[in-house]
Amino acid sequence: MSAPPLLQVEDLRLSFGGVTAVDGLSFTVDEGDILSVIGPNGAGKTSAFNCITGFYKPTGGKVSLDGEDITRLRPSAVAAKGVSRTFQNLRLFGELTVLDNVRAGMHLRIKQNAIDALLHTPRFRKSERIATEEAHKWLDFVGLRGDRAAEARNLPYGEQRRVEIARALARGPRLLLLDEPAAGLNHGEKNELLDLLGRIRELGIALVLIEHDMGLVMQVSRRIVVLNFGKEIADGTPEQVRNDPAVVEAYLGTEDETPAGPAHAEEEIS
Amino acid sequence: MASKLSSLMENRYLGWIGLAIALLAPFVSATNYSLSVMTSALLFVMLAVGLNIVVGYCGLLDLGYAAFFAIGAYTSGVLATRYDWSLLATIPVVILAAVIAGVVIGGPTLRLRSDYLAIVTLGFGEIIRITANNLEITGGPSGIFGIPGISIGGLDLSSPVAFYYTCVVAVALAVLGAARLGRSRLGRAWRFVREDEDAAEAMGIHTYKVKLAAYIAGAIWGGLAGILFGAQLTAISPQSFTFLWSALILMAVVLGGMGSTPGVVIGAIFVSVLPELLRGAADYRYFIFGVLLIVVMIFRPQGVWPTHAVERSARKRRTDDDSTVEVNQ
Ligand SMILES: Nc1ncnc2c1ncn2[C@@H]1O[C@H](COP(=O)(O)OP(=O)(O)O)[C@@H](O)[C@H]1O
Ligand SMILES: [Mg+2]
Repeated sequence: MSAPPLLQVEDLRLSFGGVTAVDGLSFTVDEGDILSVIGPNGAGKTSAFNCITGFYKPTGGKVSLDGEDITRLRPSAVAAKGVSRTFQNLRLFGELTVLDNVRAGMHLRIKQNAIDALLHTPRFRKSERIATEEAHKWLDFVGLRGDRAAEARNLPYGEQRRVEIARALARGPRLLLLDEPAAGLNHGEKNELLDLLGRIRELGIALVLIEHDMGLVMQVSRRIVVLNFGKEIADGTPEQVRNDPAVVEAYLGTEDETPAGPAHAEEEIS
Repeated sequence: MASKLSSLMENRYLGWIGLAIALLAPFVSATNYSLSVMTSALLFVMLAVGLNIVVGYCGLLDLGYAAFFAIGAYTSGVLATRYDWSLLATIPVVILAAVIAGVVIGGPTLRLRSDYLAIVTLGFGEIIRITANNLEITGGPSGIFGIPGISIGGLDLSSPVAFYYTCVVAVALAVLGAARLGRSRLGRAWRFVREDEDAAEAMGIHTYKVKLAAYIAGAIWGGLAGILFGAQLTAISPQSFTFLWSALILMAVVLGGMGSTPGVVIGAIFVSVLPELLRGAADYRYFIFGVLLIVVMIFRPQGVWPTHAVERSARKRRTDDDSTVEVNQ
């Protein structure tokens, strides 16, 4: 029997009262894979992410990591198992420094307890030094140019996006879920993101991407899952999806590759 | 101006300056009255620093903090007067009692939204006071009297001057301890929870445990301050732990600047000493006090000395600037 996939989502369902946000979604992600989830606004992409990462309790279906059921775990337990994420609307710790934001990702790996902190033991100093060095390393990795000692909210938007990815990487994930990482970025920043995604893959981290920018999606994805009204209408290579009549009809509307981009809905957890 | 101010705020010697002021104060005035005002101010500092862990660092609103103060004072008072324990020996028991109280009250409520916590803690403060009022072991409405002073070995520290200096040492350690916790892995987690619970969870931080840890730490600080309070007054009663205490301690934290150690220390001194300075105004003193507080909050809503999340020389190794930010967050 072959090893189970890194992430397996089976028949995932979620409804809010009368609204069915996710309606029987299934897909798998292998080690080091890169997959995109696309679909119009309100299709249930973010909701699916929230179910996978434990923020929403799905009304049905199963999420497993390495064959282990993680459906009912709280978000911190899912994160501890190596699933990291960013949020559609930036969720940085705005009043804390950029470095502290990234240190958050290292929380589970910083080896010190309250006594170490009270007495400033060598173990405390060492763990703090390692954490700081590693935080700088991740900020270098994402190519942050801004001031690392400043409050995160004072950085430009594009830089804040980088900090959020650095924070997610600092968690040491095997699977990274990015919710619309290119939203709000200019052309140059999008190219840098593309390059960054490639380098994340080289680290052996599997990626799942929610993204509206079709150019980026087609270029970077190995596979694409298409959602519409919570239902999965296609799952295949970029080539297959591009030519799928159901996708063209339901999602793209026209032959045009870029979807209409209405204002992004505000979400509770996004 | 702003940069001058922030460099002053990051002064590594700030803690030492505060300590020096506390040590030298009795040389300015050492009457029994001024010593008692200064000792009360120190206790207030300890309470405010403890509540700051809960409210300032972790962002949890606690309206019944005096309950932990009462638990500490009663636990040590009962052991000292009825079972002849020395006050120092009661410290472990007080810590244990504070932890248990913190778990009992925080355990169920910290799972709920934070508004519920405010209401439950408000009730908890009252329950503790009413319980003390009705139990026999706590002396009912008349409370406990004859609480001994602190003595170490054979050294009696109960004279006003000796007790003041004992408090200086204890409170300095409490302030340093809280500030150090605030700059550790746990302290950062408290702030992550305050800033954004979902993002903290996404980073693998068990937010419930982190909040409970803040609540328990606050309980320990409050309980230990209670020991000193009993020793200072030699008598305690349910009347000593009304809601006014909880409100004043919270006021010190908010006024000084939530999450900022220097701010909270200044806030506590202000809130405890100002009513004394206004004694001349007799009946109007709490009225003037209230007006002053409102004025401060209008012109400086972030507190007198707000937190300042800037790391100095971020590129430098942590060990170099280790003591730099010591007192600042
Ligand atoms: N917390 C929530 N409460 C109620 N409805 C929600 C909530 N979150 C999402 N929804 C609804 O679920 C549907 C899918 O939303 P979402 O997953 O955010 O879509 P997408 O990310 O694909 O744009 C929408 O109809 C949205 O209004
Ligand atoms: Mg979305």
